[in-house]
Amino acid sequence: MITRSPVGEVEQVSKTFGETRALKDVSLMVHGGECHGLVGRNGAGKSTLVSVLTGLTRPDHGSIRLGGEAAPGLADRGAWLERVACVYQKSMVVPPLTVAENVFLNRPPGAKDSPLVNWRAMRERAHEVMLEWGFDLDVTRQAARLTVEQRQVVEIARALSIGARFMILDEPTASLEKAAVERLFERVRRLRDGGVGILYISHHLEEIYDICDRVSVLRDGALVLTGAVREIGQRDLVSAMIGSAPPQRVKEIEAVGRPAGLGQIKLETSHLVVRSGGGSVDDVSLQVRAGECLGLVGLDGSGSATVADAVVGLIKPLAGTVALDGRAVPPGKVDAVLSRGVGYVPQDRHARGFAPQLGVGENLTLAVLDRVARNPFGLVSFDDRDRIAETQVENLHIVASSLAQPVASLSGGNQQKVVVGRALAPDPSVLVVVNPTVGVDVAAKEALLDSIGRARDQGMAVLLVSDDFEDLRICTRLLVMVRGKVAREFSEPPWDRSSLIAAVEGLDG
Amino acid sequence: MADTAADRPVPPKRRTVARRDPRLMVLNWFRELTLVPVIILLMIVGAIVNPVFPTSSNLINVAQGGAALGMVVVAESLILLTGKFDISLQGTFGLAPLLGAWLIAPKASEGLGTEWSPIIGLLVVLLVGLAVGTFNGISVIKGNFNAFIFTLAMSILLTGLQLGWLGGQTVYHLPAAYIYLGANAWLGVPVAVWVTAAVFAVAALFLRYHRIGRAMYAIGGNLEAARAAGIKVDRIRIGVFMVASVLAAVGGLMQAGRVTAVTAGQGSDLIFGVFAAAVIGGISLDGGRGRMVGALTGVILLALVTNILTLSDISSTWIDAVDGAIILIALGIARVIGTDRA
Repeated sequence: MITRSPVGEVEQVSKTFGETRALKDVSLMVHGGECHGLVGRNGAGKSTLVSVLTGLTRPDHGSIRLGGEAAPGLADRGAWLERVACVYQKSMVVPPLTVAENVFLNRPPGAKDSPLVNWRAMRERAHEVMLEWGFDLDVTRQAARLTVEQRQVVEIARALSIGARFMILDEPTASLEKAAVERLFERVRRLRDGGVGILYISHHLEEIYDICDRVSVLRDGALVLTGAVREIGQRDLVSAMIGSAPPQRVKEIEAVGRPAGLGQIKLETSHLVVRSGGGSVDDVSLQVRAGECLGLVGLDGSGSATVADAVVGLIKPLAGTVALDGRAVPPGKVDAVLSRGVGYVPQDRHARGFAPQLGVGENLTLAVLDRVARNPFGLVSFDDRDRIAETQVENLHIVASSLAQPVASLSGGNQQKVVVGRALAPDPSVLVVVNPTVGVDVAAKEALLDSIGRARDQGMAVLLVSDDFEDLRICTRLLVMVRGKVAREFSEPPWDRSSLIAAVEGLDG
Repeated sequence: MADTAADRPVPPKRRTVARRDPRLMVLNWFRELTLVPVIILLMIVGAIVNPVFPTSSNLINVAQGGAALGMVVVAESLILLTGKFDISLQGTFGLAPLLGAWLIAPKASEGLGTEWSPIIGLLVVLLVGLAVGTFNGISVIKGNFNAFIFTLAMSILLTGLQLGWLGGQTVYHLPAAYIYLGANAWLGVPVAVWVTAAVFAVAALFLRYHRIGRAMYAIGGNLEAARAAGIKVDRIRIGVFMVASVLAAVGGLMQAGRVTAVTAGQGSDLIFGVFAAAVIGGISLDGGRGRMVGALTGVILLALVTNILTLSDISSTWIDAVDGAIILIALGIARVIGTDRA
């Protein structure tokens, strides 16, 4: 079937961002009528390759060819869109517009150069595209009322109607239900049979075996493996992703040893069910004991971060309970949960971590305002406040010119330290941490993990949600989440990297 | 706070980070006092325009005019700091004193003729403020209504009630206690000025030293961060709406006392001046930034401008246009000096 000409290819492409070599001499070819899988761990260079292939980033070296011709200049967006389309994880559909308008966004069909919109022609053309590719979607529906799956269809239809015959699907199943995944595969097969070349990016390796003809593996910016899917075993695929090189710099997943005696259960969820756009949770029960650090590992959209949000009350669960010290907490009430001795490091520090214009000292003490203002009038004791802030500055090695320096002007690593310091300041008995080391440098990462590790040693019960394996070195037990469910438990550190990755990526044993 | 040094042993640890940054403190004060040169300039202009301007009786007049406005500016600033706003404060400013006055004034002067104690009238003023603030706060914060359109509608409703309640009539012959705030003076200065000054001072100290005041800055700066830190964000924001409406009602009482009557038009168009004073005084419309000192300079500037324009030879039909132009110039000066006001 894959005898047609290549629709997209890169040759010897390299790209460097500052110190990081994101792509190293990568050559890859996608043929018409082929579904080509692309896998690799976070930071392997997949996103950079996509942005090179879609004309959003200019490579330092190497050439790109689309449909057999040299790629157009970066400024000529229209020419790129005619040759290649990418369906991103985040929907690029405009919610208030209809399906037809979204398909023909910014290029309404009708008389050439006419400023008027011919609505009937637009609906008819959109309907034709849907019919031609067998998509079952009412083109007069408002996009806001579509499901995630249907929005994907709109984006695919848009790309097809422009004329693109090379399509990149970037983790298309990340937020789809199982039945929807099946329907997506059906569509992908139809596209393939229609001569479209597909680059299929996914973290779920079993999907690669289901749908792809060939697969390529990126690791640390280099293409380490390419071949027909049926000739590559799962073991080989996983080991190509991980590589055999020793982990760099940070001591990765090092045994912390089981603490001598575990304390009592501090945090417990039972049969938690949460519906969320960021990954739903389906019947998750877990327990965290004092002195224990439970790692909750999962891909984006697996629901691991949602568990944390539900525990601290940011999201109200549909069913199930969260209990602290054996007593249930009121669902969906953050202040009530935090006042019962929970520290919380949110996933996105800019959205939830700090008030940017306030100083380091104030941000560090946001969660202890009642404690630094204990007098009957509720006046803040600046001295108490500064002493608590200083403790955290030392604990986390925060670098700031003074406690009054606005957090907005700190580096990313120091901002994150402030967020973690804010959570530790009340001396909580339970610490809920989500991706604490995203986007910080190595030294900050060490300081952050060390401080959380110390808190665990002092008897804190820590729930650590992360997809960064380096974070897991401070964990004493791991739960792997796949599609909203706990898929596997690892209870004996050190963690076996390849079986851990296989579990996270949705492979059995 | 007096026992700090004596009771606690001196910590042997070397501080890695200074507690305060003198440079930052100077910069912040500089920002707050941006308008002071403009105010001085206006004083000079005023003295040139009309020799009556620098007399103490005129300046007291300016202060009294600014007092009622200042109450509403404090109210609006508190709401702005938490990232919301309330247009209907001007409706409360008019309706609350009107209802209070109507309840206790004699029948002959458009009142109900109950002859009740003025205290009841004053209580009604406060209660109306509290009720409107609670309704606005719960609707905007819990009901998730857009603050702009909801409080605009409320403003139209309250102003309409104020007009319709007495068919556009003015309530007069008010008891002495009811107009005490606006009509009396202590040490030669109107009581309203003392009270507004005190309210500014209390608000400033509360914002700086009280935990709820600090929480308000966190809420306005990043609502989700404040929520994730366990701050009771909804309760505080609704509370701010309630306090603000009560302050606006008291401001209306000052205005009523000053003219010893409540007109059906009291408060209309007031809110534009309120926003102007707060914003040129450095209160951010996005929330989380600004201080009461700055807002006070904004009030003084606006009160001065109004007074100078009245004293000048400018035709009364042109005063609004000049007023608007001067506000624009003040915004421009604030921008040039380097603060991001609007």
